Amino acid sequence: MNVLIYLIPMALGLGLLGLLAFLWALRSGQYSDVEGAALRVLSDDDIDSGRGNGAGGGI
Amino acid sequence: MSETLDLSLYAKPAADGTLGMDVAVEGISCGACIARIEGAVKRLPGVSEARLNFTNRRLHVAWDDGLVKPSQILSAIEAVGYHGYPFVPLRAEQEEAAEARRLLRCLAVAGFAAMNIMLLSVAVWSGNASDITPETRDFFHWASALIALPAAAYAGQPFFVSAFRALRARTLNMNVPISLGVILALGLSVVETINHAADAYYDSALMLLFFLLVGRTLEHAMRRKTRTVAGNLAALKGETARRFEGDELVSVPVAALKPGERVLLRAGERVPADGVVLSGRSEIDESIITGETARRAVKAGATVYAGAMNYAGTLTLKTTAAGGTALIDEIERLLDKAASAKSHALRLADRAARIYAPMVHATAALTAAGWLIAGSSVHDAVVTAITVLIITCPCALALAIPAVQVVASGTLFRAGIILNAGDAIERLAEADTVIFDKTGTLTLPDPRVTNTGEIDPDLLQMAARLALSSRHPLAIALSREATLRMPFNAATEEPGQGVRAKIAGVEARLGSAEFCGLADTPAPAADASSIYFVYGTQSAVIAISQKLRSDAAATVLALTQLGFEVLILSGDRNAAVRPVARALGVARWMGELKPAEKIACVESLKADGRRVLMIGDGLNDAPALAAAHVSLSPIAAADLTQAQADAVFLGERLAPIVDAIVIARRARRLMSENLALAAIYNTIAVPVAILGVVTPLIAALAMSGSSILVTLNALRARRSGARP
Repeated sequence: MNVLIYLIPMALGLGLLGLLAFLWALRSGQYSDVEGAALRVLSDDDIDSGRGNGAGGGI
Repeated sequence: MSETLDLSLYAKPAADGTLGMDVAVEGISCGACIARIEGAVKRLPGVSEARLNFTNRRLHVAWDDGLVKPSQILSAIEAVGYHGYPFVPLRAEQEEAAEARRLLRCLAVAGFAAMNIMLLSVAVWSGNASDITPETRDFFHWASALIALPAAAYAGQPFFVSAFRALRARTLNMNVPISLGVILALGLSVVETINHAADAYYDSALMLLFFLLVGRTLEHAMRRKTRTVAGNLAALKGETARRFEGDELVSVPVAALKPGERVLLRAGERVPADGVVLSGRSEIDESIITGETARRAVKAGATVYAGAMNYAGTLTLKTTAAGGTALIDEIERLLDKAASAKSHALRLADRAARIYAPMVHATAALTAAGWLIAGSSVHDAVVTAITVLIITCPCALALAIPAVQVVASGTLFRAGIILNAGDAIERLAEADTVIFDKTGTLTLPDPRVTNTGEIDPDLLQMAARLALSSRHPLAIALSREATLRMPFNAATEEPGQGVRAKIAGVEARLGSAEFCGLADTPAPAADASSIYFVYGTQSAVIAISQKLRSDAAATVLALTQLGFEVLILSGDRNAAVRPVARALGVARWMGELKPAEKIACVESLKADGRRVLMIGDGLNDAPALAAAHVSLSPIAAADLTQAQADAVFLGERLAPIVDAIVIARRARRLMSENLALAAIYNTIAVPVAILGVVTPLIAALAMSGSSILVTLNALRARRSGARP
């Protein structure tokens, strides 16, 4: 069962990666307006007007 | 508007040299609104950023100083069909936002740890049932410990800190048994891991933290949501005042007024701040302050209070410091007294914790003693005692009440009730007596036309449309009847007399009796004000006075059917209260009450063992609201009064009150059910634990099972208030 020696740390590492991704998303303000983000994705006015408002991006 | 509005109070400089402002926006209904509002604001010169937060309906704007004025930003929002007003974010709101992020971080850490430990634990459990080697098991246990200990130290902080505070204050709350359970479970697991034992409880400890943090996070999010809505409503009132700067008049937000400034107040406007009249004569309506509907004549030297409506003439005021005036001081003194006398009703959750914690700890101690007497080793006795503590760790109990509160406050929110206090639901469910204030609570906050039935509908519509051209309070009241909100062209206002216009070539006049040539027509009712209208040969006398809310009678009836005794306590004259009480079928009423007398009434009812629900809006009601068991305020109430109320209801109808009581009573029943469920869980789990046959698998199943059961039961509070 020696394979466990590196499989388990790998599994933990992947989980940790997910945790860090969430913490990054939280820190960059992506959870401050969850309803708005769902609607902004449908808006396409940044394509033709060229005034790009960078929908979804952090501030 | 023609005058300049100076909103520099709200513009805050940012680090990059731009100015920033937060605007509460009203009327946002769909995703397209985001682009429309942001686009309109971004088109202004100098605006570098406009971002609308759809969740809390707030727009953040940043611009370069000098290129655009804050008032132009508001005009741009108005121009695309929305209404916005800036606000200064409250400190409390910022702190709550930080707390919400902290809880989410804790939740994420606990979730990550619980999932990964469960992964390892399932392997150990199945291995224990088959052929796992002790070395592999130790490896899995140590890996679990490596995740669990730091994760619990981080994610458990909200509980540990609160438990520590409670212990230092020599009391018990639900966090004490939670913290103790988590710490003991982890400690026992480490000891057992060192001893190469088969069982460890890392998974239970982390799963417990995860479930509890889910509850905390939801509870916090709900509180924040209601606070944001309340903040927006307050901002959108957008109260401005006209301040003299030198000889010039500048419109400023009321929040920018300081004591000692001169303010101009026209007819139809509310007094922006407490002050003394410097010049001018007028009549003011102080019903929001005293409940008295008769108007008071004021002239130079008179004191006026914020919120009073100026009816007749233009006044110049000098603002004075808030407080320092006899009435406000009296109310603040009464408020302090009421707050200190208020019996701190112990919340259901704390009451449960105080019974539960000592019982659990005594059971654990007895278990250890019992096993020692029965001849088992010290190690086995202590392990069994700790498993008792782990399995009784009040996961279900700690979720039982918050889960219901979260769901019920969401239901209340949809019914138009915004909670100020978290435990208001419990207290609302216990109330058995309702006291209504009259003015502004049973009646609409603004006067209305009361004799619509006696006037030809076409004529009334014409008068109402003509009234749109006037700023006189009576005309504003009349204009609310206009279904078509279009003023007539070329309507001219004769100050102090009325408005006139040519409608289809015929002269129409609206105003005083003399102005309309109707001086010898009798006034319709003694307690109403009248406004006269002539159109060619047709004429009408329109009576305007305080009008009952449309469903006041139905609400009083519904409350009576729910078993409440209904009372009316008013600061208004008896002659004005009597017809209202008669119309509503309320037998117990009193008028001409001072704030102190209202409190005395509430106190005497409390002394009779009544749980009083007080509903009021005026400044004079604030002390009685604070003294009552639970209190409600309409959204149009005075600010100080709203701050005292446990909950605020929106809209022009009283129906939310009945909904609130029905929802609160159902929530209270669900809370008791949940506590009973948690108790049943314990009566089954504890004997099993005492016998020493609990394995980590049983502990994990029992804990998650009971938590999910309690949460599902709480979801039943979602049904809205129509039926009990």
